[in-house]
Amino acid sequence: MHSGTSDEHVKTITLEAFADCIVPGEKRSPDDRAIAGVSTGGGAVQAGALEMLHHDATGITAGLEALVGMLNGHATTYAADKGITLDGDVPPFVALEFDDRCAIIRTLTTPGHPEKDGWVLLSLFCNMAFDSAAHMSTHDAIAQGHPGLLTIGFELPQDDGLWRFADFSYGRQLAKPHPDTTPSGSPA
Amino acid sequence: MTSIESTDVLVVGSGFGGAIAAYHLAAGGAKVVVLERGPWLQAEDFDHDYLLGKSYTKVFDFVAGDGMSVLSGNCVGGGSVVYFAALPRAPRFTFERQGSIGRRMWPKAISRDTLDPWYDRVSQVIPVVQQGWDDISYAGGLWAAACNHAGRTANPVPVGIDKAKCTNCNWMMAGCKFDAKRSLLFNYLPGAVANGAEIRPLHEVQQLERTDDGGYRVRYNQIDEEDYRITVGSGTIDAKIVIMAAGAGATPVILQRSEATLGKMPHAVGRYFSGNGERLNTAIINEDRAREVLGLDRGNGLAYAANQIGKGPVVANWDHLDGSLPEYRRFSLEQLYFPPGLGTILAQAQGADGPTWLGVEKKEMLRRWQSWLTIFQIVEDDNEGVFGPPPPTGNAYRISQQMLGRGPLSYDPTPNTLGAWAAADAEVRDILERDGIATVLPWTNDLVGAYTVHPLASCRIGDDPETSALDDRHELRGHPGIFVTDGSAVPAALTVNPALTISALAERAMPGIVEAARARGINVSYGAPLPTAAVTKPLMRPVTATQGA
Ligand SMILES: Cc1cc2nc3c(=O)[nH]c(=O)nc-3n(C[C@H](O)[C@H](O)[C@H](O)COP(=O)(O)OP(=O)(O)OC[C@H]3O[C@@H](n4cnc5c(N)ncnc54)[C@H](O)[C@@H]3O)c2cc1C
Ligand code: SF4
Repeated sequence: MHSGTSDEHVKTITLEAFADCIVPGEKRSPDDRAIAGVSTGGGAVQAGALEMLHHDATGITAGLEALVGMLNGHATTYAADKGITLDGDVPPFVALEFDDRCAIIRTLTTPGHPEKDGWVLLSLFCNMAFDSAAHMSTHDAIAQGHPGLLTIGFELPQDDGLWRFADFSYGRQLAKPHPDTTPSGSPA
Repeated sequence: MTSIESTDVLVVGSGFGGAIAAYHLAAGGAKVVVLERGPWLQAEDFDHDYLLGKSYTKVFDFVAGDGMSVLSGNCVGGGSVVYFAALPRAPRFTFERQGSIGRRMWPKAISRDTLDPWYDRVSQVIPVVQQGWDDISYAGGLWAAACNHAGRTANPVPVGIDKAKCTNCNWMMAGCKFDAKRSLLFNYLPGAVANGAEIRPLHEVQQLERTDDGGYRVRYNQIDEEDYRITVGSGTIDAKIVIMAAGAGATPVILQRSEATLGKMPHAVGRYFSGNGERLNTAIINEDRAREVLGLDRGNGLAYAANQIGKGPVVANWDHLDGSLPEYRRFSLEQLYFPPGLGTILAQAQGADGPTWLGVEKKEMLRRWQSWLTIFQIVEDDNEGVFGPPPPTGNAYRISQQMLGRGPLSYDPTPNTLGAWAAADAEVRDILERDGIATVLPWTNDLVGAYTVHPLASCRIGDDPETSALDDRHELRGHPGIFVTDGSAVPAALTVNPALTISALAERAMPGIVEAARARGINVSYGAPLPTAAVTKPLMRPVTATQGA
């Protein structure tokens, strides 16, 4: 088998396609199949979702292979139900359009779905790679222009690496307090 | 045979309930050992860093259940280290609540009037301070201005923060790097240690047994300091009395596991759990409208765009804390900051087919993260949480090295709770969507169910043995010498942040617990002066020790 269909490659692009639904990004190259390319700028994949999922501390790494198999199984069933013909060059989940991929994830994470826990965990860590770069030091992430932290507009720390905001308040009274407030500042 | 270690008092957990009990019993002369499952961290260890394994995941515990996820502290100081330090008293009507049991849930002996002196004591020790408008972050100011614009009131909330030291860094959940948050490491815990109490971090209590002399044997595991999934040792300690204060997500689990050795538990152990009616809404502020309608201006060209700046919740709307309203229609609405890492995935964007937590619209919403304003609803829920069979150890099957686990709690919100949330959602929308200030959606409950940072009531006090696990002295029914002083003792949702009420109840329970300790032959007295707040320096772990020793 050439690398394009090896198990490792299947695993990688399937997980990338999943991560791309959680926070979508732009394609890394014109022939990028994993990323659907429905958004501009980096998404969860560029943010390091795969590094995150392979980080031992998450406790999810050992289960990835099984999740990939299940996800492609669900994609095959979904395609059959909808009469979608899947392109055999890529794993079934990757062969689906973005909206179909998201529809599958929504079903899998619906309360009551028997596999829900696993898909929620996968989603959680993909999102975490984007919104907090938890697979790397926040300072390195900022130095490297981490796409998630950039996208959310995370403020820069001070020179010593700590966050402090000298300007933090409008500094004026903006509402009347509740008339029944006690002298200690609590509700009566 | 190795000799068995013994102590007068064994305290399980070092959060509010545990620290207050440890202080009074140690100051009164008892030999006190505190077992804490989490590590012992202090300012130098608190990181501004989201990397897994830094303090943000070390001191924090997230247990997903079935319909409810519980977030709490996991370190010496418990929730006080990770919390937001908003410390209001519970309004008078909460003590009169009936919930679904058709009669008052609180013990007759407790009302706001009888609890006020105990609130006073805790407020003095922490100490709780009031905020002026100069202390209010942009997010709090925005919420106040929006409330005012809608004809509502808004209050700066009382806090346990040293305002002079606070940098408004909003890293509250990772522990305060600047010693500004007055956690229990600054007051009750140093007071306890100064009086001889011993705190043992990374000791997770698993089970209690009875000893021949009417006391208790406490079994614990020692936990690896990096990978909490690993047990590195185990042991037992005998004690004349046991104070359970592992938090409302853990105390009932330990007691349920102990049923095999202690005998039958009261029916209410592991039932009547309340998430304090918590629910979050995220508003995306229209910056232009914030300027035009609310007249807000940061002086740097921005009206708001300050989600990241501040110190947790600082302003609350209390208009619905009105005892004349029916139960389940009374709530508070508090502005809040929930950091990245856990604080964006559940927020919903308006998608083509309705609210969505993923996909293109969510990404667009994330681009506007600095214009988010999060509103925290605290409603009256229905005590509908029930704990299933306990996991083999701790209170969850640990998934991740730190922080994340799967626990036995299930929570299926009743129409009362759903109605309360809907009423609070509508009120938030009415305030914030007025004149185009913002668009608002609630966080999804689909992914992890409801969620709470305020677990309560899973082992509650009451007068009725059928619906309460503890008598009004906090003693576990049928198991004399075991007391519960943490959030699990609070009978029901409070409509405000609970830590001050948990603490006031623990203070109130102490004279009775001291008396019971004396009756069990412990040489202890009640009445030591309250600990003085260590103004500059918190409790430091022993110099020879690592975070775990
Ligand atoms: C992010 C966040 C923000 C919050 N903000 C506020 C706020 O602004 N205002 C407010 O009033 N409340 C707030 N809270 C809630 C508040 O922190 C809790 O209500 C309070 O800490 C509960 O006190 P407790 O004594 O019940 O238990 P905890 O403080 O949770 O202490 C329990 C301790 O027991 C330990 N433990 C658990 N299991 C075991 C075991 N088996 N063996 C040994 N030790 C064990 C835990 O590690 C923990 O240290 C917040 C909570 C969180 C998570
Ligand atoms: S916001 Fe203030 S109290 Fe909170 S962690 Fe930062 S400095 Fe400490």
